[in-house]
Amino acid sequence: MLNIEIDGKQLTVEPGTTIIDAADAAGIYIPRFCYHKKLSVAANCRMCLVQVEKAPKPMPACATPVTDGMKVMTRSETALKAQKAVMEFLLINHPLDCPICDQGGECQLQDLAVGYGMGNSRYAEEKRVVLNKNIGPLISTDMTRCIHCTRCVRFGQEIAGIMEMGQIGRGEHSEITTFIESSIGSELSGNIIDLCPVGALTSKPFRYSARGWELTTRPSISPHDGLGANLAVETKNNSVFRVLPRDNEEINECWLSDKDRFAYEGLNSPERLQRPMVKRYGEWRECDWPEALEAVAGGLKRVRSENGDAQIGALASPHATVEELYLLHKLMHGIGNGNVDHRLRQSDFSADANLQGAPWLGMAIAEVEKLDSVLVVGSTLRADHPLLAHRLRQAVKRGAQLNLINPVDDDLLCDVANKAIVAPDAMVQTLDQVRRALAGESVAGMAGSIAASLRQGERKAVLLGNLAQHHPRYADLHAMAQQVAELLGAKFGFLGEAANSVGAYLAGAVPDEAGMNAAQMLEEPRRAYILLGTEAELDSYNPAKTLAALQSAQLVVALSPYKHHALDYAHVLLPVAPFSETSGTFVSTEGRAQSFSAAVKPLGETRPAWKVLRVLGNLMELPGFDYESSEQVRAEALHGDLSAKLNNRLKAPVAKPVGAAAGGLQRIGEVPIYHADSIVRRAAALQKTAAAGVPTAAMNGETLDRAGVVEGMDVIVCQGAGSVVLKAARDDRLPHDCVRVPAGHPATAMLGGMLDEIVVERAG
Amino acid sequence: MLSPESLKKIDREVAKYPAEHKQSAVMSALRIAQDEKGWLAPETIAFVAHYLDLQPIAAQEVATFYNMYDLKPVGKHKITVCTNLSCTLMGAESAVEYLQRKLGIGFGETTPDGRFTLKEGECMGACGDAPLFQLNNRKICAKLSPETIDAILAGLE
Amino acid sequence: MANTPKGQNEVIFHSIHLPESWKLANYLAVGGYDALKKVLAEKMPPDEIISQLKISALRGRGGAGFPTGLKWSFMPRNYEGDKYLVCNSDEGEPGTFKDRDIILYNPHQLIEGMIIGGYTLGAKVGYNYIHGEIWEAYERFEEALDEARAAGLLGKNILGSGLDFDIHAHHGFGAYVCGEETALLESIEGKKGQPRFKPPFPASFGLYGKPTTINNTETLASIPYIVRHGGQKFLDLGKPNNGGTKIFSVSGHVGKPGNYEVAMGTPFSELLAMAGGVRGGRKLKAVIPGGSSVPVLPAEIMMQLTMDYDSIAQAGSYLGAGSVIVMDDTVCMVRALERLSYFYFEESCGQCTPCREGTGWLYRIIHRIEHGLGRPEDLDLLDSLAGNISGRTICALGDAAAMPVQGMLKHFRHEFEHHIQHKKCMV
Ligand SMILES: Cc1cc2nc3c(=O)[nH]c(=O)nc-3n(C[C@H](O)[C@H](O)[C@H](O)COP(=O)(O)O)c2cc1C
Ligand code: SF4
Ligand code: FES
Repeated sequence: MLNIEIDGKQLTVEPGTTIIDAADAAGIYIPRFCYHKKLSVAANCRMCLVQVEKAPKPMPACATPVTDGMKVMTRSETALKAQKAVMEFLLINHPLDCPICDQGGECQLQDLAVGYGMGNSRYAEEKRVVLNKNIGPLISTDMTRCIHCTRCVRFGQEIAGIMEMGQIGRGEHSEITTFIESSIGSELSGNIIDLCPVGALTSKPFRYSARGWELTTRPSISPHDGLGANLAVETKNNSVFRVLPRDNEEINECWLSDKDRFAYEGLNSPERLQRPMVKRYGEWRECDWPEALEAVAGGLKRVRSENGDAQIGALASPHATVEELYLLHKLMHGIGNGNVDHRLRQSDFSADANLQGAPWLGMAIAEVEKLDSVLVVGSTLRADHPLLAHRLRQAVKRGAQLNLINPVDDDLLCDVANKAIVAPDAMVQTLDQVRRALAGESVAGMAGSIAASLRQGERKAVLLGNLAQHHPRYADLHAMAQQVAELLGAKFGFLGEAANSVGAYLAGAVPDEAGMNAAQMLEEPRRAYILLGTEAELDSYNPAKTLAALQSAQLVVALSPYKHHALDYAHVLLPVAPFSETSGTFVSTEGRAQSFSAAVKPLGETRPAWKVLRVLGNLMELPGFDYESSEQVRAEALHGDLSAKLNNRLKAPVAKPVGAAAGGLQRIGEVPIYHADSIVRRAAALQKTAAAGVPTAAMNGETLDRAGVVEGMDVIVCQGAGSVVLKAARDDRLPHDCVRVPAGHPATAMLGGMLDEIVVERAG
Repeated sequence: MLSPESLKKIDREVAKYPAEHKQSAVMSALRIAQDEKGWLAPETIAFVAHYLDLQPIAAQEVATFYNMYDLKPVGKHKITVCTNLSCTLMGAESAVEYLQRKLGIGFGETTPDGRFTLKEGECMGACGDAPLFQLNNRKICAKLSPETIDAILAGLE
Repeated sequence: MANTPKGQNEVIFHSIHLPESWKLANYLAVGGYDALKKVLAEKMPPDEIISQLKISALRGRGGAGFPTGLKWSFMPRNYEGDKYLVCNSDEGEPGTFKDRDIILYNPHQLIEGMIIGGYTLGAKVGYNYIHGEIWEAYERFEEALDEARAAGLLGKNILGSGLDFDIHAHHGFGAYVCGEETALLESIEGKKGQPRFKPPFPASFGLYGKPTTINNTETLASIPYIVRHGGQKFLDLGKPNNGGTKIFSVSGHVGKPGNYEVAMGTPFSELLAMAGGVRGGRKLKAVIPGGSSVPVLPAEIMMQLTMDYDSIAQAGSYLGAGSVIVMDDTVCMVRALERLSYFYFEESCGQCTPCREGTGWLYRIIHRIEHGLGRPEDLDLLDSLAGNISGRTICALGDAAAMPVQGMLKHFRHEFEHHIQHKKCMV
């Protein structure tokens, strides 16, 4: 440890600490622009110059390591003179029109200029003007304001994993830009808005809509992926204007994925359902709540008495809160056999009897970054878990070996030690080979290399992604992965698909032995369905089958914030609050329960779903539906030690023998990043990004040839009775005999199973 | 996009550096591409970046940082005259005047027939031979006088 | 072409009068590669070489004058992994043109110096970064490398000694700042030439993050002489703390501009006479003694000085890379400074604030003064800005931009005042 003194304060710090870090830890503020705790040190802005005793010139605090006995003066005359001179230089070419700048009021330059500025300018020459760039639908640029701190450039290189922004030109002519105005494609791009200390990079959707100080900030939790990112939801006039990250080192650090940041636009969508609606004689009509709820209760009672309890099923979204899912569970158990499930995209439920708890990450999120070797099975990682992908990238940068068994070979923006890119079918074989190799059999090829790589290092993990969880042989993958982890002494975990995938288990939104799971409820259609927060045809494994089941039902009740396709098949629509308009709890993939309250009041006649379910319980004359607050529901739903309820181990991990692969073409149906849930599907700016583009049918060259089509041609893609016309695309990194056709998208919502057989023909 | 000969030249440059540092060859690769294409169009920069496994912006940063890359089309012969202090003391101004008059163009311009582009340059590290210009990024033509300039230009196709 | 009188070209230009002096055969004929052979035959301990360098008082010829022996001793010894030696032939500072002639006329001596450097420092690979504008020198150096490789002097198992060392040429493409050693490393890495903050210094974190030593062309080309004749003999050529000969690039208003290799400590007046005196017999007005980035000195002061680091530093300027720009009494100092300021404005890498913003500001003020739009307060402003740039930037380009301004205002303030008052020149 070193003893130093900053502004007269005696401090003891670790060797290697920089002056700025030591000062920050001691609560002494040194002005800065380019320095950021998560980025490499550039030391280019020079705002942090401080006086160091015996040094002939002022030193940049961000880049100067402390030495024992060092005496630093951050506000001495020498230091202030240097800081003021830098501020003067920064301002000569910076527009001084804060009132019309979108960053006005929350600009670091503006803030510091007040303290370090000179008042009147000695600069009498013309100011530099830099042309703006169009870098896509999310980020707006005003490059004349740029102060060249290069935080955005370093963010791309060091965190996003892809250099999309650069500083071109040199000297005074240098400009920050993307390559010839191409759009930024990173799923983490919005963070550069926060990083930019001035108004050069601002949020395009938020632009000019409000001033920072007009907004009220409410803490919240992301309702999207399983990470549980901490949000600051900013509101004005009872609507959400912007979402920013709240720092939480253990979860999202200071970052947000673009989905978490920009999906809020979906909350203000014109498709919001504002009043309950009932369908009578084929006609939809708005009505009041009592009428709608009576209709539901009446309808359910009729099905119960005429067809029996078991004829009612409930399908819920894993993006719903613990409170909502728990009350749904309670309702279903009260009125029936507990036919309730949230795993709508799962297709293989044969492991259920063997489960011993809620599947979860198997470790803390922050531990992912410290892994030495990892096997990820079946995941479109960057799209499904943008910030977990970032943690893995950091691990790889540290030297970790990342191994993949996957049907797609999307760029993970980091080195991948070994990857087996195989058809969904063959994933099972490959994982089995890895298991055999680890068990001592001699296995050649990629599986052998993966096994060898996994043996290295101390901290290891085997992780199953969304594609593995959706897989028709998920139970086998689960069993094998568990065995692989056991052979390695590795952690074993699931990359949780949705904000509440873990919470849904804990809240009982899964059937017990008597109840039916999601697949069964659709395989043997029920007379009545309750849909909680799901657009079933977009959220389920087999949309065609789902739609058929729903269309044949006598009663479909949809609780949703949106008027959606349910208009076609439902009988009652109940407007329920999205996360921003209700209190609730999500349990993240690492098993962390995070509660939040409403950021704004419910829109129109929208009500929080937990309240709706409570009333429904009462109307159905069920006992125990007398909650006064969501906290009460939570207390009942999540009682006891949560961590004891998390368990990835199957009681008896037996995988069925690996059979021969089926013939024909196999679909690889992943869920595109901006179609994963109802809110993000309606986020206007995200829908304009390339990642939200129209689905194609992608195949490798040989498979295209065999189908007799070429890239760009229209093809008819069929599964069962459902077919759609898509453009054929070529991706030679895809395995043979596979067709990548995304799910979760209206354009493919009439197709069948996400990873099932598929037929491709030339159109016309 | 680039000829096999150019690619071979680029490969030779790549071989100078450790295998994991292909990026080191980007300056030469851009030079070789410019030699073949006459100037660096965005798609040429993107091609070079791709060839060396770089993001296009990384190659564009390089192409825009160094003076000798041409990001716009130039004439068949590019004449870059040093006008820095030593050269000016030694007669760069009259050489520039003579060239501009003879070619009928100013700095940064190209003759209408597309044969010549005139540029102002910074120190070439050859001040002892001033006044001088650099021809096509290759040859330094030294101790300029109206006669030597006439002779050099006459010798160009 | 170097045109020093006979007898002076002791260390580097000794063979320059010979036809095709750059060819390997011709270099070998004048004792070329003998120093390397001696090192390999005697298995000279690296420490011995370094101590000879220290005795020689060889100081870096790239401008900063840092003692080379000391610099070499900073390289980690028992480092596992790659280390690099880098030669800086990026000279592009106005007035500097010696390294080009070294490469054109004596490339093998540089190669020999680099091989000895590789041996001493434990590097397996060396790079020579050659200024973009001197393509002919790049080509000649590549040819010399081929010759050396073919003769077994370079590459694997040099002369059967077991030593592996190879050299590659890296061609710059027009950026003065790449002469700064860390910018140069970035440039070899295929990036923009933006200097790195130091520490860490290249000896611990250099090319590709590996320990690296960077020396100027002339520095490295001096090594064979020192190894062959001993550090003492080199020291004796010059004066204490300023060993050896030094190449001075003389340009501007002289009769015979060119490179002159003379002993350190040679009086300026002698050097001027060698270079043909002031052109046309005019009066000497001022001299920039070490390249455009050092302060100008008026004739009266300059004529008293000897050409070595210490003497020039005592007079308030620097020997720099030995680039002597001579100005006679026809020179307008405002115009001269305007051109130099434009250079630094144009060449600033744009990375750090004071240099990026300050160089343009300086240039615009001086430009204004030169064009009759100066204001009385401009001179104090210039002084203040130069002070706000120097010592506050990542690399010394900021200082290089400030020093000429400070030097001109110190010695020729009246000319600037005259320009501002009368809106025209006094010369
Ligand atoms: C802006 C700038 C330009 C420089 N240009 C050169 C150059 O062209 N050649 C050179 O050898 N050193 C140059 N230097 C000095 C180098 O940074 C470095 O000190 C030198 O190459 C070390 O070699 P030496 O110790 O042998 O002199 C420059 C420094 C700065 C700040
Ligand atoms: S001083 Fe100038 S050249 Fe050096 S790093 Fe700063 S901006 Fe770049
Ligand atoms: S914060 Fe230290 S130089 Fe920018």
